[in-house]
Amino acid sequence: MAHRIEVAVKEGLVDPREQDVLSGVRDLGITGIERVHVTDVYWLDASLSDDELRAAGRGLLSDPVAQECGYDGQHVRGTEPHLCAVEVAYNRGVSDPLEYTILKGLKDVGVEDVARARSGVRYVLQGACSTGDIETITNRILLNPLVQHVVQPGEDVFPEEPVYEFKLRHVSLLNLSRAEKERIASSFGFSVQELDAITRHFKSLGREPTDVELETLAQTWSEHCVHKTFKAKIDCEGEYIDNLLRSTIMQATRALNKEWCLSVFEDNAGVIDFDGENAVCFKAETHNHPSAVEPYGGAATGLGGVVRDVLGTGLGARPILNTDVFCFAPPDMSYDDLPPGVLHPRRVFKGVRAGVADYGNRLGIPTVNGTLRFDPRYVGNPLVFCGTAGIMPKWAARIGRQQPGDMVVLMGGRTGRDGIHGVTFASEKLDDSSADISRSAVQIGNPIVEKRVIDALMQARDRRLYRRITDCGGGGLSSAVGEMGEKTGVRVYLDRVPLKYAGLSYDEIWISESQERMIVAVPPGNVEDLMEICAAEGVEATVIGEFTESRHLELLYNDVLVGDLEMEFLHNGRPQLELVARRPSCQWSGDDPSPAKSYADALLGVLSSLNVCSKEWVIRQYDHEVQGGSVLKPLVGRDADGPGDAAVVRPLLDSDRGLAVSNGINTRYGDVDAYWMAASAIDEAIRQLVAVGVGLDRVALLDNFCWGQGAEPESLWALVQACKACQDMSLAFGTPFISGKDSLNNFSVFQGKTIAIPHTLLISAIAVVPDVHRVISMDLKTPGNLLYVVGDTYAELAGSEYCAWLQGSGRKVPEVRIDKARATMEALSSAIGDGLVVACHDMSEGGLAVAVSEMAFAGGLGASVNLAAAPLGESISRDDIVLFSESNSRFVAEVPLACATDFERRLQGVPLGHVGTVIEDGEVHIQGLDGSLILSVPIDELKTAWKKPLDW
Amino acid sequence: MNSPRALIIRAPGTNCDAEAAYAFEIAGARPSLVHINRIISGEVPLREYSIFMIPGGFSYGDDLGAGKVMANELERRLHDQLAEFVQRGGVVLGVCNGFQVLVRAGLLPVPFGGQRVSLLPNASGRFECRWVHLKSAPGNPCIFTQGIDVLDLAVAHGEGRLHVPEHVVPDVVPVLYYAASDGGDARYPEDPNGSFRHIAGVCDTSGRVLGLMPHPERFVRASHHPRWTAMDDRSGAGDGLAFFTNAVSYVRRV
Repeated sequence: MAHRIEVAVKEGLVDPREQDVLSGVRDLGITGIERVHVTDVYWLDASLSDDELRAAGRGLLSDPVAQECGYDGQHVRGTEPHLCAVEVAYNRGVSDPLEYTILKGLKDVGVEDVARARSGVRYVLQGACSTGDIETITNRILLNPLVQHVVQPGEDVFPEEPVYEFKLRHVSLLNLSRAEKERIASSFGFSVQELDAITRHFKSLGREPTDVELETLAQTWSEHCVHKTFKAKIDCEGEYIDNLLRSTIMQATRALNKEWCLSVFEDNAGVIDFDGENAVCFKAETHNHPSAVEPYGGAATGLGGVVRDVLGTGLGARPILNTDVFCFAPPDMSYDDLPPGVLHPRRVFKGVRAGVADYGNRLGIPTVNGTLRFDPRYVGNPLVFCGTAGIMPKWAARIGRQQPGDMVVLMGGRTGRDGIHGVTFASEKLDDSSADISRSAVQIGNPIVEKRVIDALMQARDRRLYRRITDCGGGGLSSAVGEMGEKTGVRVYLDRVPLKYAGLSYDEIWISESQERMIVAVPPGNVEDLMEICAAEGVEATVIGEFTESRHLELLYNDVLVGDLEMEFLHNGRPQLELVARRPSCQWSGDDPSPAKSYADALLGVLSSLNVCSKEWVIRQYDHEVQGGSVLKPLVGRDADGPGDAAVVRPLLDSDRGLAVSNGINTRYGDVDAYWMAASAIDEAIRQLVAVGVGLDRVALLDNFCWGQGAEPESLWALVQACKACQDMSLAFGTPFISGKDSLNNFSVFQGKTIAIPHTLLISAIAVVPDVHRVISMDLKTPGNLLYVVGDTYAELAGSEYCAWLQGSGRKVPEVRIDKARATMEALSSAIGDGLVVACHDMSEGGLAVAVSEMAFAGGLGASVNLAAAPLGESISRDDIVLFSESNSRFVAEVPLACATDFERRLQGVPLGHVGTVIEDGEVHIQGLDGSLILSVPIDELKTAWKKPLDW
Repeated sequence: MNSPRALIIRAPGTNCDAEAAYAFEIAGARPSLVHINRIISGEVPLREYSIFMIPGGFSYGDDLGAGKVMANELERRLHDQLAEFVQRGGVVLGVCNGFQVLVRAGLLPVPFGGQRVSLLPNASGRFECRWVHLKSAPGNPCIFTQGIDVLDLAVAHGEGRLHVPEHVVPDVVPVLYYAASDGGDARYPEDPNGSFRHIAGVCDTSGRVLGLMPHPERFVRASHHPRWTAMDDRSGAGDGLAFFTNAVSYVRRV
């Protein structure tokens, strides 16, 4: 039988979740709800005595000081008259993240023999509203139907799982009609050409494929796993590109040939040398589609996935930092503008934030920086970029090589139906039925399982117990094991994979994307030692197969061969995609808008735009200090609330060597010119490093392309341009790309109308800092110090926040003048390294006006600036252009008077202007090109405007 | 001089263990990171150590309440070892999740007195990662904070609001208070969680068992401080190191 225990805070105490629900209800525009009681509910599958039940309730499930329990149908809250009670539980087949802990904890309090446990939440609503409103509240706030449901009276919380009856299934490919062929191709996510290649292959073998063989090919050949578009043959208006990635971005890395690049574009993450003894790897991933339909779970598992990428790089790296970038539609979007079946951007935002934070915080990895971008076109297709860096001994930097006879050991979480068809889902568009088809694609993460795996693996690595490691990500075992066995051959016994629940078929086991799983190749003699470590850390580990010499992938279930694929065909049999790129038919033709009537209003307006404003609400909910290596935090300055540039950490606590991490992203420029958008993103990522004093000599980059409809000819043209910019900038700055990722189908069709995201390129940069004590922060330090503008300003308003505020278009987007840019950055970083500069900030969104304002209010000091002294790259007569242009490669630097001569000498040949002074008086004063005062605003007012929009 | 041994206990989800070990190491102790199961099994006896620390993190994911499951293990599976350790004069430090564990295991405010107080979700309803200004409670007996008057430390927690039922107020020995930087009464966010009387840390009457929400191990170098780039001392020690050096000197003396 099932016991039921309710737990709620005692009368007089507040459960903050109540306020959360209430504010969510108000966000929906529903006013009649006055109060919400939140109660946790637990179901235990056992027959317990009263004493045992109370031991479970008081001893484990509640806090006896602050909470009280109700047992078996007794309600602790909501006994008084109320509007309704809604009890929410996880759907069948969704693993309950608390179950493991409940079962373990029950034993601690002497309650044995509980077979299963489930958790839920009961909401008691007081007040008045319509039945329709209750339904809206339930579906929009209290639950996500993808993973949860309302518990019905009399519902069996512990239904029996169906027994799986094994039956080998084949799929007939021979003699198909065109319609049948298209149906099969689309159900597995193949193109017709791909299915033809498969048909030919099996014809030559004289047999039909089994379902699991086709599934394996579908996973391995998916856009998500092989990046077909990047490897395609592209006809680019007469220019033929064979493999875009290799011919642009990777070409630059090869040409730069840096000896400190230890492993590039071959492993789960790129690896660079840190200090001669240790190596650092870095990777950024997206988890967009799952986050669109289940923001909390989707984003959490996105972070879990990139952490496993790092853990599965080389012979395993210890994660040391996270960096997150999220793109959403504006959170104040009206419900009327929301396409059907789409979650509101505010809910997506809050869910994604919470998912990533809960997972990252629990893993004990500091989230050191990140940013947010807003654009209405992200409605229904939010982007969730999670980046992670890890550190490992240098001997572990390269991918290992298993030997035939090594065991395939699966470590970590159990396998369930989570995330089945996740990669084909990730590679397809979303529509109003996505919430249904993607039901099984949503995964629920459990960070503590992953933390245990990390703890166990680091010990096993240092004892060199395994020869190779990889993570189970998209495609699950099929991708991980299939890829690992490519050069040898591998045999897997699918019935040996530990399951969360009975009833999974062999093909479900093979492609499940259940979280927190890693695969290691272990010499038979080391298996016992590995198992011992795993047992001590509470990690489940199972031998599920062995590597062979056959160059075949062999899958067995109950001793029956259910799949047998040649590695050669699996990995090289895919026909190369052929695509056409076409120059957009309508070219950008914008004009600079007329100047704002008040520059003060414009500055305040730009500061409170969503892309510029303070992200403190998000940042404070991430632990950015854990691991004890924090040097430059995401928020800096007198009140620790100014926007820092690059973050700096010290990954080895007893060393003064550090790592700096930054991001560059600006989607607005991409609407005008994808080449300059990409170049600007790279310039931004690098200049954030320079602003804290990091030189260019050991900077590595990651690319992360998210396009709306990547294979559409005009969109593909933009992608090609962006890749060429990456190649050009990488070569010119001397900063190699070490890894990357793409997600090229981020669009939705709603009632015939297509909404595609703007071209989005995230550039993440990581750099080695020789001595962390030499870095500086962006807040102004001392009145009387001199202010310099470094770098030329051009009339480049297109895509700027100022133009957006004026609702204008702009004539030109920011370009990168590469020779000058590199000289500027090298001279400035060396001046900072020599201690000549005490504060420096890069100019990005909002240009000079925003940069000076941020430095001033972060330092709690004023600034007096004369635009006439700013270096200009071309003749500019408008004050507002100098104030708000977003030209690249520019900085504001604060230099003590005593260092001014040295500083100017050091920056000889670089565009430089002594534009003003740091002042005691807490205002920003700006004189225009003709010397008259054009703007004078107190820093408190600037800061308030900047903080307000996301101060939730 | 002898280096006292510090046992830093680990459970699934513990994550501030390495920096805590580093802090003890530079304070002159010999730290070991030990999984809780190895202490329960007797493989690593607590009696061989003079300092016992429960570091921060999310033990068992904080499922079923912050620190709850680990607290039960301490209370039910390590009770005898802990009782002997405390009676013998060992010192106990719980930081963040470690404080939550000490409270739920009934080791604070009164060792082995059962759970009397609680640490509830922050009044803001949110996880808060920020630096706070702290001042010492005058005349408190805590051995870890001797010589500390005021200091800044980082907090990072979602459940740090100390809740003290009226009848147990006399049991609580405050060690540190959240304070405004001008020394005045703390308001949010100076008090990041809305604790009873702005208390950030409490000890037992002997002063040898301390639990606190802020993280002293995250401020052992000057460059940990959020405003170090505006300060003169850039490469010295951080104020949080005193917690560890005090513990080491104390156990050396006794």
